[in-house]
Amino acid sequence: MSGAPVIEMRGIAKRFPGVVALDDVGFACRAGEVHALVGENGAGKSTLIKILSGVYQPDEGEVLVDGQPVHFRHPVDALAAGISVIYQEFSLLPERTVAQNIFLGRELTRGWMLDNAAMNAQTRRVLDMFAAGRRIAPDTLVSELDVASQQMVEIAKAIALDAKVLVMDEPTAALNEAECRELFETVDELRGHGTAVIYITHRMREVTRLADRVTVLKDGQVAARFETLPEPAEIVRAMVGRDIADFYAPFATPEEIAAAVLSVRGGANRLLRNIDFDLKAGEILGFAGIQGAGRVALAMALFGARPFDAGTMTLAGRDVRFTHPRDAIRAGIGLLPGDRKGEALVLMQSVRDNAMLSPRAFAGAAASHKRNGFINLDGMDTLLDRMEVKAASYDQEIRFLSGGNQQKAIVARWLALKPKVLIFIEPTRGIDVNAKAGIYHLMRDLAREGAGIIMISSDLPEVIGAADRILVMREGTIVAEHQKGAEETAIMLDATGEQEVAA
Amino acid sequence: MSEATAGQAPAARVRFRFDRWAPALLLLAAVSIYVGACVATGQTQYLSWNNLLAVLGRSIALGITAIGQTFVILVASIDLSVASLISAVAVLASVIMNGSPAMIVPAIAASLVLGATVGLINGLVITRLDVNPLIATLGMSLVIQGCLSAFVSNFAGAVPSEFQFFAYGNVAGVPFAILFFFALALVAFLVLRFTRFGSNVYAVGGNQDAARFAGIATRRVIVIAHVICSLCATVAGLYLASRLRSGAPWIGANGVYDLESIAVVVIGGTILAGGRGGIWGTVAGVMIFSLIDSIFNVLGVDAFVKQVLRGVIIVAAVAFYAARSKRIVA
Amino acid sequence: MSEQVLSSQSKKARPRGLPQINPVYFILAALIVAIILNNPAFVEPTGYMNFLKRAAPLAILAAGQLYVIVSGGFDLSVGSLITLVVVGSSMLSNNDPSSTWWVISVMLGIGLAVGLINGLVVCYLKVPSLIATLGMMITLNGFAFMWSGGAPRGYLPDTFRFFGRVNIMDVPVIRMLPVAVIVLIVVGFLLYWLMHRTNLGRLLHAVGDNPRAALLAGVPVNRVRITAFVVSSLSAVITGILLGGFAGVSTDVGTGYELQAITAAVLGGAQLLGGRGSVPAAIAGALTLTAIFTLLNFLGLPQPVRQVVQGLILIAAVALAMYRRKRTGQ
Repeated sequence: MSGAPVIEMRGIAKRFPGVVALDDVGFACRAGEVHALVGENGAGKSTLIKILSGVYQPDEGEVLVDGQPVHFRHPVDALAAGISVIYQEFSLLPERTVAQNIFLGRELTRGWMLDNAAMNAQTRRVLDMFAAGRRIAPDTLVSELDVASQQMVEIAKAIALDAKVLVMDEPTAALNEAECRELFETVDELRGHGTAVIYITHRMREVTRLADRVTVLKDGQVAARFETLPEPAEIVRAMVGRDIADFYAPFATPEEIAAAVLSVRGGANRLLRNIDFDLKAGEILGFAGIQGAGRVALAMALFGARPFDAGTMTLAGRDVRFTHPRDAIRAGIGLLPGDRKGEALVLMQSVRDNAMLSPRAFAGAAASHKRNGFINLDGMDTLLDRMEVKAASYDQEIRFLSGGNQQKAIVARWLALKPKVLIFIEPTRGIDVNAKAGIYHLMRDLAREGAGIIMISSDLPEVIGAADRILVMREGTIVAEHQKGAEETAIMLDATGEQEVAA
Repeated sequence: MSEATAGQAPAARVRFRFDRWAPALLLLAAVSIYVGACVATGQTQYLSWNNLLAVLGRSIALGITAIGQTFVILVASIDLSVASLISAVAVLASVIMNGSPAMIVPAIAASLVLGATVGLINGLVITRLDVNPLIATLGMSLVIQGCLSAFVSNFAGAVPSEFQFFAYGNVAGVPFAILFFFALALVAFLVLRFTRFGSNVYAVGGNQDAARFAGIATRRVIVIAHVICSLCATVAGLYLASRLRSGAPWIGANGVYDLESIAVVVIGGTILAGGRGGIWGTVAGVMIFSLIDSIFNVLGVDAFVKQVLRGVIIVAAVAFYAARSKRIVA
Repeated sequence: MSEQVLSSQSKKARPRGLPQINPVYFILAALIVAIILNNPAFVEPTGYMNFLKRAAPLAILAAGQLYVIVSGGFDLSVGSLITLVVVGSSMLSNNDPSSTWWVISVMLGIGLAVGLINGLVVCYLKVPSLIATLGMMITLNGFAFMWSGGAPRGYLPDTFRFFGRVNIMDVPVIRMLPVAVIVLIVVGFLLYWLMHRTNLGRLLHAVGDNPRAALLAGVPVNRVRITAFVVSSLSAVITGILLGGFAGVSTDVGTGYELQAITAAVLGGAQLLGGRGSVPAAIAGALTLTAIFTLLNFLGLPQPVRQVVQGLILIAAVALAMYRRKRTGQ
């Protein structure tokens, strides 16, 4: 590792209406270094990266490449300066080949014609720089590659663009164990080639395996900077930085947990097999596992959106079979999707209309919108008050609310129907840290009132802190059960199927 | 990232191969039905080479229009002004030529200028004013129709016999029009497959944001695609003028060329969302449509019934590709 | 992120500040003034009542079309449905005055069927509404031709033409009240109530804004969509009854009305990809469009100009709406 940093950010500040996303953030990475950027959801990591890649411009501060200040007005400028970002949502064109993707916008030509042979050859050379790239053929369509190979193509694309700095955002989110190992080797190879790698993750074992230095972001500021690799516990403490005891709600006492409200036996479909579990009234049941393990598929099966083909389901003592969300909702199950903007919020509608959506969906079409069998407008306003949804007015369009308040409005939507089971997918995603505690306490209150709560989250500390019991899923089935407050390492072992943690 | 990723890759492969071969399969089916219909009704004279050429010849105008429409749909846009542009060009060209061979070149030039202008305006309204392509091109269609009916209400102008070669001439026994159509298709194919512009077309249609981030001038690509589409419609209008020997404002009538050119492109495997598909699929689609039309003729179907069935078949053809999708469609 | 803590009282109250009035009402007012300046007789009942009578069919059609637009689609089949209703009614009634009631029932039945088919094709065959309704348009035109053999026979009896043509005279204050205006008030109020005072309207808005979220919230998305298409078709039938009474029978009675209805809805502020729209504003949009055409008539501009103007208005209305959206940061 050479001394001077390839990329440096000094005094960066970025504000959005009503929010300070970044405040006096400084950060540097040298050639051949892997620098881990760590922080909870909402800490400011993605804003920082968007400034680096030219999507946003900073309000204050400067960015320096090789010691020279740069001003990126467009993502193309950042690419030209040698900064490539690999986001979680790949920017590849699925209907084009690997080579076509790598040469997007800068195709090689011979006269007026595209020089496919040259592009394929160069692509082959870049792919061969990595062990994982050798099995990818340049003329394969991206849509025919698995996720790990697509990620490899993204990396190859960055190298082909002579990237000096490569930013990887949660790269292992969708990879299985073998693919993770391959990725770590690729990162080692990148380090060997002299690339500066900024590696964003919240998985401690990856930090331990890969990072040379660690920077922790919290609430838009640099909470800690580690010049050498510290103990994971120190990193976590810097990330969370508060008294854990107040953050999560207390676990349920044995008296608060009643009989099973939902039972599944032998549940299976194209993505799931051998699903057996009970959800008791009054408990919060957490589901852990890596992405692709089947937790969301399970939620969709329980909710009737992507139903089980086989097995039985019992809800409040009755045998049920759901083939459409309406069946599940009518029987008493509610779902809060992880992608609030895409799957839960009707952005142009008011807070009140969003909350009233489900009650209205089950009332007569020609009936007045003001009252129905579940709740009327005043009752809904009272409910929203009780949940402390903060808005200028409940007539305000819901898109103006903060993530936490939006989530509470969606909870109100279900509460009006008095559900027996509530499924939360990524309950605190996109919610700033202060509001998260509110959501955890809300979930506990709902459980205390007699509902069974299922909590699916990729944030393992959150699952451990909030759930009374934790079921671990892997490759479409449930592999282990842990009690509340279990060890993160133990759960990760079950989630990834490893016998021992690789050093 | 979706949980279904694990199961996605093999599924994607199977689906893709289906989409690639579907047009060929449909073409085969159409040919079989045509042959079957001829044999069943004892009209085997329709199975001659000359007749098959005639089958194809009936859809030249549609085919030329569809080639242009392919470009527009590939960039995830759409053009519903082709029908009125075809009429306008047919009239304009006929009126300028007015029976005089010396005016052929000026007429063609004027028509191409008109077409390019229409395409340019369409493209700019869509990319600069952010107007929905459906509305932009429908609005343009109204404007063209209004201008047209202000000047003309019946057959206008006359096409000199030299120009009628376009529609009626033969080269080595094959109608010139068919050769022209395939030549045009070949050029379009070469552009899409082997030029940078063609690559950009697929990129913009596939993921406009990714294309823009990669430095591609997405707006320019969309505008050029619309210009190409309008130019093709212009050529189709010239062909029709040549064929009908005159021009009339109702030639592109009733939006049929609009919908049929879109349907032909979709049947050929180019998806409405853009980014996937190609010219040869469109050509297959044109042939399928010609065959369907001919099947109706062989079976002696009434002209009005044909129209009813046409609408049904177009929708059915699109449904054939779309019904398997699980997405909620607008 | 800082959050304001507010008392619960103020949250239920309307946000303070000037209420947002839809600009279409201002435009309409301005146009009315312009018409009056051009033709002072407009302030007499014979002036404005006839205006409303002429605008009533489009107003009802626009209000129905709004349902489909709010749910995220387009219904391009309404124009041809109007034609079919007029042609079919004249064929069926055969100048028999007592036939009117059952003929109207049959027409409503046809409208119901057309709406159902449109909705089913879009929801279950996943064909985009653009193509599905365009195909239906071609099919219905074909049916109209088939039924009338190309030349509509028969006349519409006076009992049928009552709705579109008759004015009730000797009414206090306003002196004359066209039956068409009564129909407009009744149907308009019904459509307003259904959209803005019932669950259906809210569900429609949700489906147009975010169909996936609506589905996961338990909204019967398909049923809601199909209902929108049925409402649109039924209002087209009523429009046809009015137009048949007013304008008589011809094979292009309804041509172009679908675009006029969409233009009117967009003028009233409806958002083209769904999620926002208002019935009163759509009706105002229809009145605005009619006012513009009236003004053009007074200025002595010929019919084709009307088409051009309409095309330009359509594009301008959408462009303006997009511009405003960008400025308010949606």
